Amino acid sequence: MAEATTKTTYQIPIGPIHPALKEPVMFEFEISGERIVDVDVSLGHIHRTVEWTGMQRNPIQILYLAERICGICSYCHPIAFARAVEHACDIEVPERAWYLRVIQGELERICSHMLWAGVAAHEIGFDTVLYLTWQMREKALDLTEYLTGNRVTKAITMIGGVRRDITKDMLPKIHETLNYFKDNFEKLRHIFLDDKTIKMRSQGCGILTYDDALKLCAVGPTTRASGVKKDSRVDQAYFAYPDLDIDYMTPDKLTGEVNGDVYDRIIVRLLEVKQSIDLIEQCIDKMPSGEIVSEPKIPKLLATFKKTSGEGIGKHEAPRGEVFHYVKFNGESEKPYTWKVRAPTYNNILPWIPMLKDEQIADIPIVAASTDPCMSCTNRVAIIHNKKRTILDKEELHRFSVEKTRRLMK
Amino acid sequence: MVEKRLNPEEIVKYFKDEFKIKIKDSRIEKRKAGAKKQEFISIWMKIDKGVFKKAVKHLCELTFPHLAVVSGNDMGKNIELIYHFSLYYGTRNEEVSLNISVDLPKSNPTIETLCDIIPGALVTEREKQEMLGVKIKGIPDSRRLFLPDDFPKGMYPWRKDETGPQKMVRNLHEVKK
Repeated sequence: MAEATTKTTYQIPIGPIHPALKEPVMFEFEISGERIVDVDVSLGHIHRTVEWTGMQRNPIQILYLAERICGICSYCHPIAFARAVEHACDIEVPERAWYLRVIQGELERICSHMLWAGVAAHEIGFDTVLYLTWQMREKALDLTEYLTGNRVTKAITMIGGVRRDITKDMLPKIHETLNYFKDNFEKLRHIFLDDKTIKMRSQGCGILTYDDALKLCAVGPTTRASGVKKDSRVDQAYFAYPDLDIDYMTPDKLTGEVNGDVYDRIIVRLLEVKQSIDLIEQCIDKMPSGEIVSEPKIPKLLATFKKTSGEGIGKHEAPRGEVFHYVKFNGESEKPYTWKVRAPTYNNILPWIPMLKDEQIADIPIVAASTDPCMSCTNRVAIIHNKKRTILDKEELHRFSVEKTRRLMK
Repeated sequence: MVEKRLNPEEIVKYFKDEFKIKIKDSRIEKRKAGAKKQEFISIWMKIDKGVFKKAVKHLCELTFPHLAVVSGNDMGKNIELIYHFSLYYGTRNEEVSLNISVDLPKSNPTIETLCDIIPGALVTEREKQEMLGVKIKGIPDSRRLFLPDDFPKGMYPWRKDETGPQKMVRNLHEVKK
């Protein structure tokens, strides 16, 4: 360094638009050399006042609004909302719908984890794996389209059940897709868990300890990779989950130990893909016949909401963790008096701070991506060094990450 | 460590024994699922603002809770905050949802922070400050969370009174005559 500086650290803002993230979020890093000393996260760049908008609409309309909160969890939000409304209005759900809801939820988990696996591989410069995983994900999307009529916004949820049944003639296609996943699963497992380079980049990187995960109220694979047994599907009895064979997926199931690093978060997601395939198969075997929705007449449902005075909570284990909705009706209107949405990433913001501290700049993309944040994509990073501002764009930051991988491979 | 599991009635009693009449209202709701009719329990309690922090500490002595989120209602004269905790996660079908609500008068809507007991409460407490205009006493970081810096001060998006966002809403579909 030519000029003398008294300050030994400098700041890097990353975001609000960032390539490692799917939606805008702003990180401000305090950097000393290559090491991250402190992190500050700011949110709100895409706050669309969905909750307030929802309070001006009736619950049937909200189902479709909730679906648009997130493009990847487009099933989890409406289903958690439906559970909250069913709780508040005391609406029963027919038994067959429990199973259909599980199938849709698990199919979404497969899609989401596959997408994440591709993004994670891309972040460390392993683009061939991105193509492989997204090719596999395409099959899951095809199945989703076959079952619901749409690839992303599925419009399958209805309060008191689901909107579309799975008939006998649909079963061969489901089995075919599941078998495809089972056949390819071993390949994926081998790439992610045995590859020397992936191990070097992910082991011991971005560690979240058990205590931090617990105290910071982390949810989903992020918390389970740190050994905290927290999974709404197992914790509480809802849908058909109590009748299915399901357990907490923690990394010690495979390796016998918990480190809470990026590698462990990869393990948890891979195990969960396998678990989801198994759960869908169990559902198809056990699914009873019967109605799929308890009240098909919408005006009747709306009248029920209007009469209701009460509150309810609805949870569902989304691919990224527990999604939580709170609904209150005041008995005067069919519109909810209050609607609160809590997406899983909301709780996984604070855990980023201990994860990123003491890591290197090149690790930012993979560590940030390892919680599978559901916000938005890194476009540029500006480095302010000796008051000179240099902008690193997405390509450059990505190149840093790729170069680190190459260095390790030598 | 084997912690003693209390059933829902015992949980309510655990709080009532300690805080007596400060626990104003409590109800237990059960919803069943599965062929074996497994129950999922949610407990709702209204607690006096004065003992709120003590009650959360008392809860932590029982088991370390997961704070899902804090939601809030504008009830006219009061602002009601509801703290949604989950207890006993980690064992199959044993989770209990404990929803503790507190009424804060609009004239002085302050409540103590939980960040020293549950650090994960920070995000949701910051959100409550900006959305409902409550004051969290002792919050380690009181900046805005979701709202932009140029959002007018003294406007709270979830309020239903004159400080609410109604004035800011432009109905673009309306035709001016």
